[in-house]
Amino acid sequence: MAYTTDQYKGIVAETITIHGHNDDEVHAYMAKPLGDGPFPGLILIPHALGWTDFHKEMIHKFAYNGYVAVCPDIWCRAGHGEPEDVVAKVRSEGGLADDQVVGDVVGVASYIRGLSVSTGKVGLMGSCSGGRHTFLAACRTQGIFDAAVEGWGGNVVQPQERLTGAQPISPFEYTKDLSCPLLGLFGNDDQNPPPADVDVHEQELKKFGKTYEFHRYDGAGHGFMYYHMPLYRQEQAMDGWSKVWEFLGRHLSS
Amino acid sequence: MCSNIVSIGDIEGFGRGVDGWFDLKQAVITFDHALRLPVDHAITIDFVNRDKGLSARVPVELTAESARELIRVIEMALAEGQEQHLTLEPSQEH
Repeated sequence: MAYTTDQYKGIVAETITIHGHNDDEVHAYMAKPLGDGPFPGLILIPHALGWTDFHKEMIHKFAYNGYVAVCPDIWCRAGHGEPEDVVAKVRSEGGLADDQVVGDVVGVASYIRGLSVSTGKVGLMGSCSGGRHTFLAACRTQGIFDAAVEGWGGNVVQPQERLTGAQPISPFEYTKDLSCPLLGLFGNDDQNPPPADVDVHEQELKKFGKTYEFHRYDGAGHGFMYYHMPLYRQEQAMDGWSKVWEFLGRHLSS
Repeated sequence: MCSNIVSIGDIEGFGRGVDGWFDLKQAVITFDHALRLPVDHAITIDFVNRDKGLSARVPVELTAESARELIRVIEMALAEGQEQHLTLEPSQEH
């Protein structure tokens, strides 16, 4: 519904604790609209900057637009400090394990569905490494997510030389198991994922008859929707947001 | 954290972090997305001491060209020191 000035808008937001992979306690940031709902859920997987204010602002944005939105601190097992320091530690220790991230977002989905204001529908979104995690989680789970938004997922098509102990299998290999509709947003000047990898990603989705839509932007590179970074491209970013709202509205409305 | 290109070296030295000087144990080098530079990828160097907590870290983010220049000038300084028979090893005469 388009915003009109007579609407009474409000959100509530706070830090919460959810049970993630291995039933570990994981911090998360949640925001939801005022009122009894019911509201669809949206999980935002943070990217390489860490669990930052940027992601919390995004959570506010989703809540303001009608979603129970939650962003988990997927690095929290490494301890607490400034987000970039936490991420730096995890990076030097081999990075986040794919299994752990998938387990954490499944835990967030369960938390959202347990809320009295939930419609039961839950979407998933992430960009960069979070885009990779989004696609991975949407493939490696069934019946958990109702829609997934992958923003420029680096290493979705992950070559052998980039596989690690924490990331032992390329997400691309799981394409046949994708469990929900997928929206992909990509910049054509991106180096990771480069357009050639996005082509491969798309061909595999077609091969398995998956429901997806990709939007690929000229004049945009990696992270083109990060308004706080030099990579930001206003025109492409605003179009990207319009695609996000339309897609989520279509697949998460009751 | 998209590229998974990480190199780690054990080092000895001191760096100045948010809480002052501390002894360094490792240099963690990555080739990954730039977080501040207006380029796709950057070299980051984290000088750290993991024994002293997450904030015991001196980070820098460099363009590829700058990283090569840094290597060049370090090598130049080391070579000049060697030519002058100076040493960076612990002194035996104190």
